[in-house]
Amino acid sequence: MSLNVVSLVSVGRHPQSGRARRADQDGRAVELGLKLVAKALSVVHVGDPDDPVLRQYAGMGLPSMTILKQDKSIDAVPILSQFLQQEKIDIVLTGVRAESGESSGMVPYLLAHALGWPVVARVADIVSVKDGEAQVLLALPRGQRRAVSVKLPFIASVDHAAEIARQSAFALGLRASIESVESVGEVDRIRVDWQESVAKSRPKRLKTVKAKTAAERFKAATAKPEGGTGKVMKNETPKEKARAIFDLLLEEKVIR
Amino acid sequence: MSNVSSLGISSLGIVRRDPRKEWIARNRLHPLYHEVINEGLGSVVGPSGLIRKNPHQIGFIGPNGIKRIDRLKGNGADTSNKRHGSAQEVVLPLHVVTTPDFYLVVVPDLVGGRLSSHDKDILGLAHALQGGMEGNGAVVAVCFGDVKETQFDLAGVDRLIHLTGTEFEGFTPEARVAALVQIDTQLAPQHWLFPDSIHGGTDLGSRLAASLGERPATQAWQVIPEKVVCRGAGGSLDIARQTPRIVMVLEECGNAIDETRHEVLPISVDALEIQSAHLIDHGQVAVDPNEIPLAEAEFIVSAGNGIHNWAQYHQTAQALGATEGASRVAVDDGFMPRFRQVGASGTWVTARVYLAVGISGAIQHMQGIGQCEKIIAINTDAGCDMVKRSHLSVIDDSDVILSELMQLAQEYGVNDKPSQENSPEESQNVA
Ligand SMILES: Cc1cc2nc3c(=O)[nH]c(=O)nc-3n(C[C@H](O)[C@H](O)[C@H](O)COP(=O)(O)OP(=O)(O)OC[C@H]3O[C@@H](n4cnc5c(N)ncnc54)[C@H](O)[C@@H]3O)c2cc1C
Repeated sequence: MSLNVVSLVSVGRHPQSGRARRADQDGRAVELGLKLVAKALSVVHVGDPDDPVLRQYAGMGLPSMTILKQDKSIDAVPILSQFLQQEKIDIVLTGVRAESGESSGMVPYLLAHALGWPVVARVADIVSVKDGEAQVLLALPRGQRRAVSVKLPFIASVDHAAEIARQSAFALGLRASIESVESVGEVDRIRVDWQESVAKSRPKRLKTVKAKTAAERFKAATAKPEGGTGKVMKNETPKEKARAIFDLLLEEKVIR
Repeated sequence: MSNVSSLGISSLGIVRRDPRKEWIARNRLHPLYHEVINEGLGSVVGPSGLIRKNPHQIGFIGPNGIKRIDRLKGNGADTSNKRHGSAQEVVLPLHVVTTPDFYLVVVPDLVGGRLSSHDKDILGLAHALQGGMEGNGAVVAVCFGDVKETQFDLAGVDRLIHLTGTEFEGFTPEARVAALVQIDTQLAPQHWLFPDSIHGGTDLGSRLAASLGERPATQAWQVIPEKVVCRGAGGSLDIARQTPRIVMVLEECGNAIDETRHEVLPISVDALEIQSAHLIDHGQVAVDPNEIPLAEAEFIVSAGNGIHNWAQYHQTAQALGATEGASRVAVDDGFMPRFRQVGASGTWVTARVYLAVGISGAIQHMQGIGQCEKIIAINTDAGCDMVKRSHLSVIDDSDVILSELMQLAQEYGVNDKPSQENSPEESQNVA
């Protein structure tokens, strides 16, 4: 049984220069798709078919890409869900958050809701797909991983922890055929009212001291972080001491 | 408290002052000055006939067990009664919401079962929001599964919904969202606030928004009743918009509650109907702890100059499944690589649990572990700074304790089959 995997890509933005680029997480999603089904991967974008950035995705070794032609002000989710409904798809891969636009990270959730599929957030890897079920590794904070299994079809958002996207070959990208599909969409009405401006740097939080007397202010200025020593075990046997440490580790769930 | 004997205590317990002695004590040139001051201070006549002061007998032991020298010679105000009073703990005023007009629901991450600072900030933010809105609102916290937090009242929780049961244990976003949807119909909260965090807040908030059909504000960093400002376009854009019902808030966007106590009244949720989950959790996968960057590691066993058996230390760290760290001395002596150094000139770690073995706690080292939550020390010296900072200290030889710990870990069966469980990781790297 051959898998039908679709990877949704967007136009990214370089964090320093601000130039359009292959979005990092979307690139990883394409990489994961290539790992699963190699060239059978379909890559879909909603937007301008002539955008040169799309060739950077194609340059990862894709023979073709599908572009649902749309204007920037159009909401991509209904168009995508319509498109995904037409085909028999097993896995949809997206990034966690786009690097342009609202960056809300809601696309996988809204698509999943519209299609009635489960959504798996922050995927680090899809280890295997067998008998209509996928074994997925999720990225947790602090470099941890969680194993989850999920029935096909599903939507997965791909985390920074996934395999990095391979280098894009310029000539390969140029040779890929870009298939432009006409679609009907609606203007994102809610967004029209928003005011957008260049991000201001966020104020750093200052440590405010709410002391009322001089003595309290003095104490606040000289206080060590975290007052008081904890439990000290001196005269117990080594066994008891080790047990106490081990119990604390168990209680904190750092030992599994 | 005074050491001047001008205060005599009569048989009735009445303190009697001797004004003449006080007068002499104030005048250092008075011929009787030394006699008055040293009265009862045990001045000794030395072998050569000279009067010797015993410097150890100057002063008195203060209420905290610290030696004090009263240079005012009894002229200072007598503060003994006052001091007693100030040691009492202040009880913060209780914030009561009897019949709330509306609810604001916060779904904290509860990393490790406790409110994180992010959670507390959002609870504080919820109160600030509530204050800016008309009517009398209550802040509700929704918690799932195992909760270790004991200070919900000080964090600003007016009402608490605590959902327990196997369906909410572990990684269960679908069941949790089903519960949140139910709470939404039951309480019809004005706003839902989620931490926009990788600990699950974003995921839960997005799922709820999708199922309620709301357009959430994500990565919000300024939230007032009328308006939110969110980050967009990979953090390069500020989007100002009307405050929607669901808001996911970034870190440090509110001030935690610190001047009031709250009621923490439980709210029960009507019977829940939870459909079978699509996502089946198989638990956390053992990751090679030494592959995790030191700054991110959750559990670090750090070695210092007090380690003598390095092979045993490495084995214990492996048996416990901990990331290895080191003090500068251990690194300088060549026992550990430089990138394992914790501290001012090494890595600033954020571990939740930090086990310091044979580390004295020099300030340069302590700077690096400032953000650690629980610190455990194993040291032979009970007076060292690491012991002062730690939550549990064991005063013993590192060899002995580490070997006991390793035995316990092996009995418990931590890291039973590391090589097999790591294989997905490796195949990922190969692919
Ligand atoms: C500019 C500068 C930057 C520095 N930066 C750093 C830094 O980034 N990180 C850092 O760690 N240090 C740094 N240092 C060094 C720091 O000042 C200390 O020298 C160092 O942290 C001490 O390491 P230690 O605690 O392992 O060793 P010691 O101070 O020698 O402490 C050893 C401890 O082990 C205990 N011990 C001994 N034998 C045993 C035993 N058998 N069982 C159990 N316990 C035992 C002792 O009681 C003692 O408490 C810096 C210093 C300078 C000047």
